[in-house]
Amino acid sequence: MIVGRVVRLGDDVDTDVILPGAYLNVTDPDELARHLLEGYDPEVAARVTAGDVLVAGRNMGTGSSREHAVLALRGRGVRAVIAESFARIFLRNCLNLGLPVVEHPDAARALAESEQVAIDFAAGTLAGEHERWALPPQPPFLTELLADGGLVPWVRRRLQTTDR
Amino acid sequence: MSAPRTMTTKVLAAHGMADPTPGTYGLARVDRVMLNDVSGAVAMQEFALMGAGRVFDRERVACITDHFWPAKDARSADHVARLRTFAREQDIADYFEVGATRAAGIEHAVLAEEGRVLPGALLVGGDSHTCTAGALGAMGIGVGSTDLAAAMALGEVWLRVPETVAVRFAGTPGRFATGKDLILATLGRVGVDGANYAALEFCGPPIEALGVDGRMAVCNMAVEAGAKSGMIAADATTIEWLAPRVTDAGALAAFGPDAGAVYDREVRVDVDGLAPLVAVPPSPGDVRAVDALGRGVRVDQVYVGNCANGTISDLRQLAEVLRGRRVADGVRLIVVPATQAIERQALAEGLIATFIEAGAMVSPPTCGACFGGHMGVLAAGETAVATTNRNFRGRMGHRDSRVFLANAYVAGAAAVTGELIDPAEVLG
Repeated sequence: MIVGRVVRLGDDVDTDVILPGAYLNVTDPDELARHLLEGYDPEVAARVTAGDVLVAGRNMGTGSSREHAVLALRGRGVRAVIAESFARIFLRNCLNLGLPVVEHPDAARALAESEQVAIDFAAGTLAGEHERWALPPQPPFLTELLADGGLVPWVRRRLQTTDR
Repeated sequence: MSAPRTMTTKVLAAHGMADPTPGTYGLARVDRVMLNDVSGAVAMQEFALMGAGRVFDRERVACITDHFWPAKDARSADHVARLRTFAREQDIADYFEVGATRAAGIEHAVLAEEGRVLPGALLVGGDSHTCTAGALGAMGIGVGSTDLAAAMALGEVWLRVPETVAVRFAGTPGRFATGKDLILATLGRVGVDGANYAALEFCGPPIEALGVDGRMAVCNMAVEAGAKSGMIAADATTIEWLAPRVTDAGALAAFGPDAGAVYDREVRVDVDGLAPLVAVPPSPGDVRAVDALGRGVRVDQVYVGNCANGTISDLRQLAEVLRGRRVADGVRLIVVPATQAIERQALAEGLIATFIEAGAMVSPPTCGACFGGHMGVLAAGETAVATTNRNFRGRMGHRDSRVFLANAYVAGAAAVTGELIDPAEVLG
């Protein structure tokens, strides 16, 4: 169960504003976290703290494949990202790194700034303070990937069993 | 008798994913994995955490320094040094570094140039513009660093079968419209998430009329519509381009969709008489005709090159505008050939002299300022015209700078006049 405070973002939040190109020679998550959303809005960027859940509009994470954007989110302690829709590489990066993501247009539109939200993957529910929604069914492969904790453990398991 | 198939379905089936139903998850074998200094840095760490020792095939993992190269500070130098060390330890056959290896340049361009991208192939790269490979009839998929690490370890990538979208062009574009304008027209039509997760296949006479350079410009920006890949059928043009770059030219074959292949969606783009287009900041999808913008958009920097439009064709187009003219007062022009081979050819053709005579700066091949890294980053309040592929807020520098995307003719016209203007006004 993930419980956190909502920080709202708009549509088409691209990975350049999430983690600007100038910082792509950094790999340390704590250092990356200091620059999270620096290109988007300095006020919003400063507001995001550990335990928060980002709620975005359409096409969240569009643009560059930089995994540094997700490392910055995790470094800052963001617990999950909910969006009306996700861009594919950003979505992959979140899944691979085990950062929970929920694509849910209704919830993404309804959840308000600073509202408490609870995501229960086991029960399949997403609840704000005033409304509750069912989580979309998850493809078996993604359930397996998330259960392993992400792609690193998933690959480690494969390499151990195939005796490479 | 099996149903006629799209290119995308054929590629996935040939790499282990036989079920063409969109939304199906599976593992695909990859022909090649490509790392750069930015994605590679994180990928190497993930590779170690996975407990992987050796890459799956030392001949099929390419390591290319292009983002923070040449190194702009000690941190960047260290970053690249780690990729260099990894390539040496893994005995990587394809390591490309400008200034150190003869074949070198921006990853998508140099990989194609060196014959590493073949029709019908499946490759993954740690850069969203890996879709550029579609210009040679290959399925290039951009992924993040952890996917790269998994691909290096296993030779496989997990994929979700995409919807296929046919983008059919018709008409004869105007004199100054290039491959760049075909993809800008597409983006203007479908928007920045209009092809989310989809595999695009570009076709029609205007596409067939393009050389490989123009096709690269088209496929490079497929990702800007949210697409997983963007492909153009490999034909005689493709084979002619590839033949001198591969060891076995006789094995090259055309590759395209079967006649009658059914797509999940079709988009028709009429480009008859098309005049140059521009993507207005801050979106690659906000596309308008240059001559519809009105006069008076003053320009501080013009940037011609990068993986999208750093080809010899783009440099020739720029030279056509610059010949006998000078960079306007108050404007700086930066030219970035995409590879060392392109720069060599530009030298032989006298293009580099033309650029420098006109007052331009010629950069070594590097991603440079395209992503706001170095070699021409913008200050607050500045406006650039660039042949690059993204103009998100702060993309090329300060968050209060802005970038208009356009072809090399428009960029050249901006360089000599100091404003966004139809190239026909300069070249007649």
